[in-house]
Amino acid sequence: MKQRADLVFRVLALGTLVFALATLGALLVDVIGDGAGRLDWQFVTSLASRRPENAGIYHALAGSIWVITLTALLALPLGVAAAVYLEEYGTRSRAARFIEINIANLAAVPSIIYGLLGLGVFVRLMGMGRSVLAGACTLALLALPVVILSTREALRTVPGSIREGSYALGATKWQTIWHQVLPMAMPGILTGLILSLSRAIGETAPLITIGALTYIPFAPDGIWSPFTVLPIQIFNWVSRPQAAFKENAAAGILVLMALLLTMNAIAVFLRDRFQRQNRP
Amino acid sequence: MRTRRLEWVIERALFVCAALSVLTTAGIVMVLAVETVGFLREVSIGEFLFGTQWTPLFANPRFGVLPLVAGTVLVSLIAMVVALPMGLLSAIYLSEYAPEGLRRVVKPILEVLAGVPTVVYGFFALLFVTPLLQRVIPGMAGFNALSPGIVMGIMILPLVSSLAEDAMRAVPRGLREGAYALGATRMQTSLQVVVPAAFSGITAAFILAVSRAVGETMIVAIAAGQQPRLTANPLVPLETMTAYIVQVSLGDTPQGTLEYRTIFAVGMLLFLMTFGLNLVSTWLRERFREEYS
Repeated sequence: MKQRADLVFRVLALGTLVFALATLGALLVDVIGDGAGRLDWQFVTSLASRRPENAGIYHALAGSIWVITLTALLALPLGVAAAVYLEEYGTRSRAARFIEINIANLAAVPSIIYGLLGLGVFVRLMGMGRSVLAGACTLALLALPVVILSTREALRTVPGSIREGSYALGATKWQTIWHQVLPMAMPGILTGLILSLSRAIGETAPLITIGALTYIPFAPDGIWSPFTVLPIQIFNWVSRPQAAFKENAAAGILVLMALLLTMNAIAVFLRDRFQRQNRP
Repeated sequence: MRTRRLEWVIERALFVCAALSVLTTAGIVMVLAVETVGFLREVSIGEFLFGTQWTPLFANPRFGVLPLVAGTVLVSLIAMVVALPMGLLSAIYLSEYAPEGLRRVVKPILEVLAGVPTVVYGFFALLFVTPLLQRVIPGMAGFNALSPGIVMGIMILPLVSSLAEDAMRAVPRGLREGAYALGATRMQTSLQVVVPAAFSGITAAFILAVSRAVGETMIVAIAAGQQPRLTANPLVPLETMTAYIVQVSLGDTPQGTLEYRTIFAVGMLLFLMTFGLNLVSTWLRERFREEYS
């Protein structure tokens, strides 16, 4: 009797996992089935159009790459600096403890709230307008908590003996961090950065909130240019009643997923290298 | 002497970067508060919090936020019905049953499930799950709460699963061995020893999941419709707080107007709700950590 209950429970639990995996499978099959026929070179290189068969994704792809590159340039130095402070300098101070709690809380704030922050501060107060720069600043704030957390983990894997050896040779604290600790932690830091960026590149709500455009017939040509991104373009197509636009949305999702997959592959490659490098 | 000053400058500069996060929180509170105060000058707080009609874009505007809150609660509830039991089950399986090889296959797949952009889930809810459900439930509208709720639950499942699994893995081995020594089966050990021992950690995971559901935007903006409606019926179109913010942001409501300020007032409410949930979750997790350290 006890054994049977145990078996039922085991089947139930395994069934849950199978259900989750089946959903992922259904999602992929559905998107590929709808979008693969529409996905060709013309689609990737064409601009937005009112006619679904002429419409392409180039402007949104370019917009996504602009925004995400700028986000990386902002989030990497800020996130690493904050993590170095928390991990190497201020570990015991009250201010550091307060900042830590604050970062943990920020990581759980809904992304659309960051959109309202970006709208209030970057778009209006700082007068950036609805530009690539305003979008990247918003996404950088959104990505920072994750970058900081993963950087701290990477810094923690650097053995203490490395630091002590450096101090013994007369190096200062900053020299030790800059020349020894950071280079060793770099692959881990980059992995975390890429993973947080791959989340940011799928973000839609905060960019809609700061007023990124949903219809734009050109690719951005600088940081002050108005822009749209892949997820917003997909959202725009999904919301239209014509079936042909839904096909476009599915094809757009395939482009977005390909971009995500590429970024994740780079992250996995770096993680792999990192592990091999740190093996004694 | 010069290096020492440089060291000092660098430490200060790093501190400023770390303090930026505090500035972010302050910025969120300031932006939301300023606009919300402007909003509440024209609409009484009683009408906002307890009014049952939300029609700010109509000629005769009403500003009762309850329909939006009800929409958010209904969708989140459906998501939790999916995510909590399934997340807990898969956590128990991964932590107590699964062989190491299976764990190594399943965990990355769950990570992929968590990493799919929400706009993709919205597409999936509207164009796959809704038509599927309509075949089973004939009266169901094309926009509804049920389909995005279920899909959101699947999206949140990996979060629940991985946090609950972490909590259960932190339970000391001795407790399990004690239970086995008394003749308990694996299921009895899991459900009557490990889960109760990890209770505050699991609860923290659940609360964080609720917070995620409340703040989730794109799935509901795509698949739940844009009709604020005070209802518990999951088969009709409704609107959540987040979907309303998206709706106004997409339109061309001029800034500085009362209609425009509504998104900050709704945002403030959303922020306070999720912030409260996050605080409780953090507190529970801290308590759990203290129990086993």
